[in-house]
Amino acid sequence: MALFTYETKKDTRSGFGAGMEYLSLNNPKVVALCADLIGSLKLEAFIKNAPERFFQTGIAEANMIGLAAGLSIGGYVPFATTFANFGTGRVYDQIRQSVAYSGKNVKIACSHAGLTLGEDGATHQILEDIGLMKMLPGMVVINPCDYNQTKAATIAVAAYEGPVYLRFGRPVVPVFTPDNQIFEIGKALHLIDGSDVSIFATGHLVWEAIIAAEILLEKGIHAEVINIHTIKPLDTAAIHASVAKTGCVVSAEEHQINGGLGDSIAQYLALNLPTPQEFVGVNDSFGESGKPADLMEKYGLNAQSIVDKAIKAIARKKA
Amino acid sequence: MQTIELQKVASQVRRDILRQVHGCQSGHPGGSLGCTDLLVELYFNSMNLKTDASGKVEFHMDGLHEDVFFLSNGHISPLLYSVLARRGYFSVAELASFRKLNTRLQGHPTPHEHLEGIRIASGSLGQGLSVAIGVAQAKKLNGDASIVYCLMGDGEQNEGQVWEAAMYAPHHNVNNLIAFIDENGQQIDGPTEKVMNNLDLEAKYKVFGWQVLRVDGNDMAALTAIIQKAKGLLVNNKPVMVIMKTEMGAGVDFMMHSHKWHGVAPNDDQLATALGQLEETLGDY
Repeated sequence: MALFTYETKKDTRSGFGAGMEYLSLNNPKVVALCADLIGSLKLEAFIKNAPERFFQTGIAEANMIGLAAGLSIGGYVPFATTFANFGTGRVYDQIRQSVAYSGKNVKIACSHAGLTLGEDGATHQILEDIGLMKMLPGMVVINPCDYNQTKAATIAVAAYEGPVYLRFGRPVVPVFTPDNQIFEIGKALHLIDGSDVSIFATGHLVWEAIIAAEILLEKGIHAEVINIHTIKPLDTAAIHASVAKTGCVVSAEEHQINGGLGDSIAQYLALNLPTPQEFVGVNDSFGESGKPADLMEKYGLNAQSIVDKAIKAIARKKA
Repeated sequence: MQTIELQKVASQVRRDILRQVHGCQSGHPGGSLGCTDLLVELYFNSMNLKTDASGKVEFHMDGLHEDVFFLSNGHISPLLYSVLARRGYFSVAELASFRKLNTRLQGHPTPHEHLEGIRIASGSLGQGLSVAIGVAQAKKLNGDASIVYCLMGDGEQNEGQVWEAAMYAPHHNVNNLIAFIDENGQQIDGPTEKVMNNLDLEAKYKVFGWQVLRVDGNDMAALTAIIQKAKGLLVNNKPVMVIMKTEMGAGVDFMMHSHKWHGVAPNDDQLATALGQLEETLGDY
């Protein structure tokens, strides 16, 4: 039985583009910077509507981060955009000093995060960006799950005062969250009720978690599915309430296990509610070239993998 | 302010630099002394700063409708702190806390401690010019005709980000930016020409599209004149780079002509000798 349905599939980066289009018309303080990837970031509508508020930086990401910090000093809300690899790891020190330590209202908005970038391979598939960004004091880290949620998150972070890392991707995925939703930073979204296992998923893995819950239900296992779109600040109240009920956890993300969402959940639970936990993520390796779906299967980032880990987590609970 | 008055301020600022570095036995006196004349000139003469009705400076993070300055080579922080305090942004007494636990005067400048006059953290080199350009572009969007100033080191020219920024500003016709390079010819491991030769910085910036000027950075009257000239050149719709020849340790004879005092604090005897060469014009903190 289908617990969630969808009519279309879209890419989350297009949700970002739609959010930026909205902001081009509705928030005159928003400016956008891009390092020679306008098409990939879906910024065409923003640039058409607000050309004076767009800054082409060329392939110079370090300078782009500094420019964004400067524009924020002058009262603007800059969105610095490129691929996730070039917008985080490549410019970590610039983000650390000129944005995070300086407390600047800069939004680092990056597409093509994770394995689903596909054929370009590991040089472009960053799987460490959540970890890098969440370690920076004061940095908000958001990884929305579909087109509608990415659009809403884009609009929400523009209204938030402070540094944000907004992460999204390239492939088309089911659009199953409501159109015109209000995005609340730091508020986990309860998708499916269950009592046997808590599945906490972020980004593209949220849909896979829903499919996993359907498969588990056929086996008589009631999985609770919660969308953790904000990795930092983490909604520990929602996590605590769910785990207190189910007694075991699966975390799921398109990211290294080291430093990801699962790490943050485990840290909270170790201190407050020690619980058996299984991790769906990339296990200390780089990605490679291939079709997104094939990569997700090879690296164990799909519904079947979540099902397997859920059964394992439940077994550990009973042991 | 007249040149002679600016020179008096500079003498006091040099005393402040030495006393701050001596007080915590840490910090960077050489480059600070070398760039003293520029920062005094800017903050006490050429920059239009926001003030209240009584003439006291006010600090607003956005720096709207006033000239703003960004220090990219953040290690010369004792100079910036002294100039900001002497200009009235915070109490000169606070200079005594430089680099000590719980201070707002961190080893390298940061807005994290809410120190008036500081808008960005610097210290990790190569980032300040990018920030200054961003502020300059924000000023243009805001219809603000004031000017953004930035200072970098010559060793800092080794950083790749500097050249990303150097490419960007002329391409985008950033015509409200005057940047300076402190060409003292020294960096930590020795003379710049041996560590990493910058070759002809004037030629490099010219081919990147900048208008380039040269000045003796330890000649107060020449600095005043070159800043006026630089302002005039902004009508050409391109940024201006002023390559400023300075002497590291300027004002203290035994600190000059060497990179030895880049990051070394004077001991008690050395401090006394150095202060003997610098008139106390505004009262020590």
